[in-house]
Amino acid sequence: MSSQNIEPMKLHSLPSQVVKEDEPALVAAAKAGDLNAFDTLVTRYERKIFRLAQNITQNKEDAEDAMQEAFLKAFEHLAEFEGNSRFYTWLVRIAVNQSLMKLRKRRPNQVSLDEEIDTGEELLPREIEDWGPSPEEQYKQNEMGTILNNAIQDLDPSFRIVFQLRDIEELSTEETAEVLGLSIPAVKSRLLRARLKLRQKLNRFFLRSDHP
Amino acid sequence: MNCKGIVAELEHYFDEELEPSLRAEIEQHLGKCKKCRLIVDTTRKTVQIFCNSEPAPLPDDTRRRLHDALLKKLRHETFGD
Repeated sequence: MSSQNIEPMKLHSLPSQVVKEDEPALVAAAKAGDLNAFDTLVTRYERKIFRLAQNITQNKEDAEDAMQEAFLKAFEHLAEFEGNSRFYTWLVRIAVNQSLMKLRKRRPNQVSLDEEIDTGEELLPREIEDWGPSPEEQYKQNEMGTILNNAIQDLDPSFRIVFQLRDIEELSTEETAEVLGLSIPAVKSRLLRARLKLRQKLNRFFLRSDHP
Repeated sequence: MNCKGIVAELEHYFDEELEPSLRAEIEQHLGKCKKCRLIVDTTRKTVQIFCNSEPAPLPDDTRRRLHDALLKKLRHETFGD
């Protein structure tokens, strides 16, 4: 087989699900005092921010508090947002910080995010089964939600948060490193491990032979 | 390059950060190694499935408390009460 048969490499091949085109206009209106515009931003992002906070804190109560505090802080400091990054990225940074504060308060002795973790695991997967073109279509949306949620919750926190920021919230490697206080190589190393671990966890659900 | 080397470079490969010669070397390997090709393909699908997943709706009581807190803040900012 020639290399021409390999699919394009881009991972996030679909248009971003996170940021809509009208975001800058809504932010400008909110900064000018249009409260409906701010409410539209809150309604647009509340589910994503809550999921983010839940995946970091792994506690519904803490996640709700972190989400509330993130939106309140965003509202309070909106005038300071200069538009150098996307509003959503700025909001995610605030939400991550609030969530990490909750996590550290609840689990002060947990493994530090900036600590290098050597899992000692072999990265090269053993099995070679194909998943087929659209493995997720075998499941209903709520079933997929449960499968994905269980898979990500099983990850080590330092892998989970990096994966969440890079591949779900679509922050850049540099932004993720900055938000978490990690080096860029550490972000990349954790992201690779997180992706391979999640791939392994999803494997049993998506094997083509299981669902002809 | 062997299979272990491919996996070690995956992150750079996905982020399109490789020197053209190294990328060509990897793609040459992928062209003849089914195992590595499936690893790349299923890892890419893993990311895309998570990236495209919709978060669950916010529980009603959680949403109500969020908007109540924002309204309270707004009243405080506007009227100072």
